[in-house]
Amino acid sequence: MTAPTDKPRLSREHVLSLLKQMIRIRRFEAKCAELYTQEKIRGFLHLYDGEEAIAVGVIPVLEKRDRIVATYREHGHALVRGVPMTTVLAEMYGKQEGCSHGRGGSMHLFDRATNFYGGNAIVGGGLPLAVGLALGDHMQRNRLVTACFFGEGAVAEGAFHESLNLAALWGLPVLFVCENNLYAMGTALALSESETDIQRKAACYRIQAEAVDGMDVVAVEAAARRAVHAVRQTGKPYFLECRTYRLRAHSMFDAQLYRDKGEVETWRKKEPIVRFQGWLEANRMVHPDDLTRIEADVAAEIADAVAFAEAGTWEPVEQLTRFTYGEKAA
Amino acid sequence: MTTPEAKTQAVELTYREAVREAIRDALKRDERVFLMGEDVGRYGGCYAVSKGLLGEFGPERIRDTPLSESGFTGAGIGAAMAGMRPIVELMTVNFSLLALDQILNTAATVRHMSGNQFGVPLVIRMATGAGRQLAAQHSHSLEGWYAHIPGIKVLAPATLEDARGMLWTALQDPDPVLIFENIMLYNMSGRLPTDAGPVDIDKAVVRRLGRDISLITYGGSLWKTLDAATTLAAKGIDAEVIDLRSLRPLDDATIMMSVAKTRHVIIIDEGWRSGSLAAEIGMRIIEQAFWSLDAPVARVCSEEVPVPYPSHLENAALPQASKIVAAAMAALGRA
Amino acid sequence: MAEFRMPSLGPDMQAGTLVEWLVKPGDSVKRGDIVAVVETQKGAIEIEIYQSGQIEQILVDLGSKVPVGTPLAVIRAEGEAKPSVAAPASPPMTQPVPLVAPVPIRTTAPPIAAPAGAVSSARASPAARRLAREHGVDLSTLMGTGPAGAVTYADVERRIAEAVPAPEKKRALWLDLEAMRTAIAAAMVRSKREIPHYYLEHHVDVSACQQWLAHKNVARSPDSRLLFAALAIKAVALAVPHFSGFNGFYRDNKFEPAQSVHIGVAIAIRGGGLAAPALHDANQLSLDELMSRMRDLVQRTRAGRIRSSEISDPTITVSSLGERGVETLYGIIYPPQVAIVGFGKIVMRPWIVDGTVESRSVINVTLSADHRVSDGHVGALFLAEIGKLLQEPDKL
Repeated sequence: MTAPTDKPRLSREHVLSLLKQMIRIRRFEAKCAELYTQEKIRGFLHLYDGEEAIAVGVIPVLEKRDRIVATYREHGHALVRGVPMTTVLAEMYGKQEGCSHGRGGSMHLFDRATNFYGGNAIVGGGLPLAVGLALGDHMQRNRLVTACFFGEGAVAEGAFHESLNLAALWGLPVLFVCENNLYAMGTALALSESETDIQRKAACYRIQAEAVDGMDVVAVEAAARRAVHAVRQTGKPYFLECRTYRLRAHSMFDAQLYRDKGEVETWRKKEPIVRFQGWLEANRMVHPDDLTRIEADVAAEIADAVAFAEAGTWEPVEQLTRFTYGEKAA
Repeated sequence: MTTPEAKTQAVELTYREAVREAIRDALKRDERVFLMGEDVGRYGGCYAVSKGLLGEFGPERIRDTPLSESGFTGAGIGAAMAGMRPIVELMTVNFSLLALDQILNTAATVRHMSGNQFGVPLVIRMATGAGRQLAAQHSHSLEGWYAHIPGIKVLAPATLEDARGMLWTALQDPDPVLIFENIMLYNMSGRLPTDAGPVDIDKAVVRRLGRDISLITYGGSLWKTLDAATTLAAKGIDAEVIDLRSLRPLDDATIMMSVAKTRHVIIIDEGWRSGSLAAEIGMRIIEQAFWSLDAPVARVCSEEVPVPYPSHLENAALPQASKIVAAAMAALGRA
Repeated sequence: MAEFRMPSLGPDMQAGTLVEWLVKPGDSVKRGDIVAVVETQKGAIEIEIYQSGQIEQILVDLGSKVPVGTPLAVIRAEGEAKPSVAAPASPPMTQPVPLVAPVPIRTTAPPIAAPAGAVSSARASPAARRLAREHGVDLSTLMGTGPAGAVTYADVERRIAEAVPAPEKKRALWLDLEAMRTAIAAAMVRSKREIPHYYLEHHVDVSACQQWLAHKNVARSPDSRLLFAALAIKAVALAVPHFSGFNGFYRDNKFEPAQSVHIGVAIAIRGGGLAAPALHDANQLSLDELMSRMRDLVQRTRAGRIRSSEISDPTITVSSLGERGVETLYGIIYPPQVAIVGFGKIVMRPWIVDGTVESRSVINVTLSADHRVSDGHVGALFLAEIGKLLQEPDKL
């Protein structure tokens, strides 16, 4: 194995990649919002605006065989991981060409090829699952990392505590990534947690923990490199609290009565794309042509995905009860 | 050792020991199998099912867990998805409620939500039932609730053969299988052939052939029902007793064949009456064997009360052989 | 031109109320701009536009609640030419179809007599019923040994074993007089319980009819002779269209006048049965047709070969006791009808004609009618009209 790479190499290629991934997610989410208002996407839709630096900072650090468990706000994670945008959007349309065969929708994106274990609509529901994946790897001596993304709201659930305890007790290779965006749907963190310094909770379970500025994609990547390396080397869990902010509402149908517009605007000025792009421009690491090209590439990919989803087909109703039970193992 | 004359040797053992043998056998055959649950290791299991296994297989494969039903059930699900074959032991169905979210929202639904990309080949074992004066919070029979859920399978081994044989078949299944062991059966002893092996997990079995009335039941109630059949025989009523064995899927064919023959049916179910598994089976009989019926479908279930502590009240709350006999007589117009 | 439509913001959002426009015609907008505020059940939500261009026209006023998908504004894309005429607003999205109220269940009146193929009201298990059906056993003839006297499979088996020949049932259970009486009883009880009857009586000189009939029948064989009953029925049939309150059905707390005139003809059946099947469109039949159909009805009724439609759709009933009867008959209305006209027997009576007493054929005609629908005033007019029509039998 290579030497521990705990510092991101900020080559032009790499920074452009980071920027592009964040922009790609942002534009994709905007398109999803548009499609939702046109009733092409239905049910619930949770968008990632403002939090892109976390998925973009952490996921590329993982290996292909590593495993990812995410939440219902997982479009960005799926895209960065390499789940094709075509199948992601088709899934959100409910077409059978979607990554979950159209059966799951926005909150249940799964992809075996990229070891993407969903997409979960139960807050905190993914943590025991992640612990289990890591347990399986631990018992089979796989030296894999399971990255588990969850919001700070999950911290209130019993399953959070049970999972951290188990992971620490049994020494399981889970990277817990808490995306602390300060609101669990409409409830501010300070109104739901007696201890709002979340990384301290992990520390109480004797899990190595740190907090990082989730609006700084480079800081997130650096922390992720440290964390993933530690998990893979020690086989023990690690807890990364990424402090971020959710620029859009919890979901599409949210009047945001619980927060101040001024607060949102304040955070908008320091959101990850604005920050990173500003920094790159100030350091002349990015040129206007690069941005034009990125936007064009992203727009083309999105248009392609929309066409794919539009052209997708509905699973025949006769097949309704498929995928309830599996075929007997050989 | 087998002598040339003996066709099969049999051994005297208890239901508990039969389950232990099933677990030991699975652990030996398949290194992916491991047992996980509260007090399964050092304590030897709340009902002494796993006694001695820690010493034999070590702490990795006989894993004591903290009191974290949701956490370790979810962990079992994840481990199964990662290639292992875990047996999660939830101490009793009463505590399984803490893991209900993981069972229903993860185990039962992952295959569907992922469009068949991921399955959960997990076995969950739980003790169930009442009769030991453990009072309201420790006496539930919620097999019917679980049998309601598409995506999982639900078993109720009532005999030594099934206690010994269902586990391996369940471990081969690509989907989550829940096995319910009634607490009143653990001490039951009998003879089991030494070469007893895996059995099917989707068929009901006729435990006693009869002509006059079908008594359909499962789990701990099987033996009360067989007792009732003996009593009925003395009264000239020839009862057929069916052991469901699999509660999801239900073996409709066996049930309907019996009802078509006897035209009278009682369903015995230790769950509470309202919305019980008996209600489901009764409805299926109406749907599929209506024209065979010569009397209304009847059931003997637990009374609508949390299970009380004192034995006389507990007995009155639960199905008993005497209630089954009375119901059968009434159905045949011999009340 | 493009349309900016009311967006769907949630799975349970069906409509939104526009409470604020943040742009006006002529303003430039770009993708992502907030252009309006919509009030929803969750509160006010800012909505963004996904097109870039210029606001050409606002289509919906503030305060309007419109369904998701309704065009709110017209946007002219950058570079698009201004149209010479205003772009026509596209028709609003169709409202979701409201749930159709379920059609109220009409409780039809119990038929006067048991319909063909009546199922025994005895309790019998499904197995017993099937076995009985397979072997042609009449369940109503069995004593059940099951709970509450229910017929069991064994009961049917025993009957089959006894091989008692089943009673001749070539005609259906129509001639089951027991069942018929039961049905009549039920209908009459209901009638008396629910219908506020009022009664009117009219004495009519039918000498003209008698003379006319005698004249008509002189050359006819007995089986083709016209009877007074035909004249009576025709008179009622011709009168009743002018008095709709006596022709129709009272159901669901309201009266539905019938368009046609189907006279129910009360027919006594040997053995104590009674039926009143319909002569359809009696007002349009000639007397000869009416007579022949009446004969046919009587014959078929007595033989048990009446169609169920003939039982169930008389719009008014005429009952006559004929020569054997008494002078006056007060009938009970067959629900859901609202009237019954009764004819007594024709008797010779002293009658004042032009100031002198003469001997005339007189008949008492009664009307029993539903006071919810009509009153004595119109009833009297109705009877008077019948009387009048009977004065000119050749016009019937």
